[in-house]
Amino acid sequence: MSNAKLQHQIMRSQLGRVRGLGSAKSGVEHWWVERVTAIALIPLTLWFVVSLLLLLGMPQIVVVHWVGRPVNTVLLLALVVLTFHHMQLGLQVVLDDYVHDKKSHLALTLLNKGAALILALFAVVAILKMAFWAPALVVPGA
Amino acid sequence: MVEFSLPRNSKVGKGRTFKAPAGAKNVKAFKIYRWSPDKNENPVTDTYELDLDQIGPMVLDALIHIKNEVDQTLTFRRSCREGICGSCAMNIDGVNTLACLKPIEEVKKAVNIYPLPHMPVVKDLVPDLTAAYAQLRSIKPWLQADTNPPPDAERRQSREERAELDGMWECILCFCCTTSCPSYWWNGDKYLGPATLLAAYRWIADSRDEHTGERLDALEDPLKLYACRTIMNCTQACPKGLNPAKAIGKIKQLQLERKG
Repeated sequence: MSNAKLQHQIMRSQLGRVRGLGSAKSGVEHWWVERVTAIALIPLTLWFVVSLLLLLGMPQIVVVHWVGRPVNTVLLLALVVLTFHHMQLGLQVVLDDYVHDKKSHLALTLLNKGAALILALFAVVAILKMAFWAPALVVPGA
Repeated sequence: MVEFSLPRNSKVGKGRTFKAPAGAKNVKAFKIYRWSPDKNENPVTDTYELDLDQIGPMVLDALIHIKNEVDQTLTFRRSCREGICGSCAMNIDGVNTLACLKPIEEVKKAVNIYPLPHMPVVKDLVPDLTAAYAQLRSIKPWLQADTNPPPDAERRQSREERAELDGMWECILCFCCTTSCPSYWWNGDKYLGPATLLAAYRWIADSRDEHTGERLDALEDPLKLYACRTIMNCTQACPKGLNPAKAIGKIKQLQLERKG
């Protein structure tokens, strides 16, 4: 709580302060989507880690073609989108808890959402590039 | 940004020590937070050494003994001394609880006693709870119904409907839970806190109440309700063994349910 309350600078009634601007009529979706993405990311992350371990030591072209298989492309895109969306939702909670100055809160909120969007787009473009513009796989000796 | 340490004028210093009476055998030290608005000084902890053979078993017995026999200036709230009025809520041995329900023998070493955390202090162990009371009032903790009650009888409930209120009507509004909640410490001006949300759910769950939707509307807010991060300190602190965290979970469940 802010120190202003202790210093008796505010003459507005406690009830008026508590009611404030009223309820924002939002928050349900943020709370729900944070949980749904968390659960969805459990199998997706496991799949991703296991896949990477199986690809360990393979030449780059094999990895690129693995990404290009429709199942892998779709799951990778889902992983990336959900990860960054979940990250952004989670960090927003941290900002709401700890950053009380209105201007810094707005600036950090925009930074959080903007950074998540840009990073997600980078990852999405990288995946799509591998999926659609991969060089042909040349099997030696064929 | 978040404050990691106490403001300079809130740092707690070392105070006086009141020695146990001569010949006392069963001595225990009580270290008590002292601050007076009349003196322009930082708070201190005074140490009172008491002979446990001379006093009752609860922490409140020790406080009353100090006030009557040792130091009349010690200020604290108390009334019923049996865990039903909620007046003597304070932080004992690092946990918010009622002094009248806390046995002295449960505390191993010296008994540290502070006012409820993160509230403005009026004096010594008396916190200013007016903001928390205003929050309680803001959720309209009374029956709201448009249907008139039967002219010759009370509004009736089935046994099952009445059972829905168990675990909530027992709340004595001591605010041990609310003041134990880090979310409330960080955003107490916006987050309603567990005690108020438990009271809100008590009326949402009441079969006689007809304003359930409006009640949920008023709570649907990123901070008023959703600043609850399920830390669960509230449930751990409640001296009446109630579960505010569960009530908050049920409100969140209903908010989701009505979105379809």
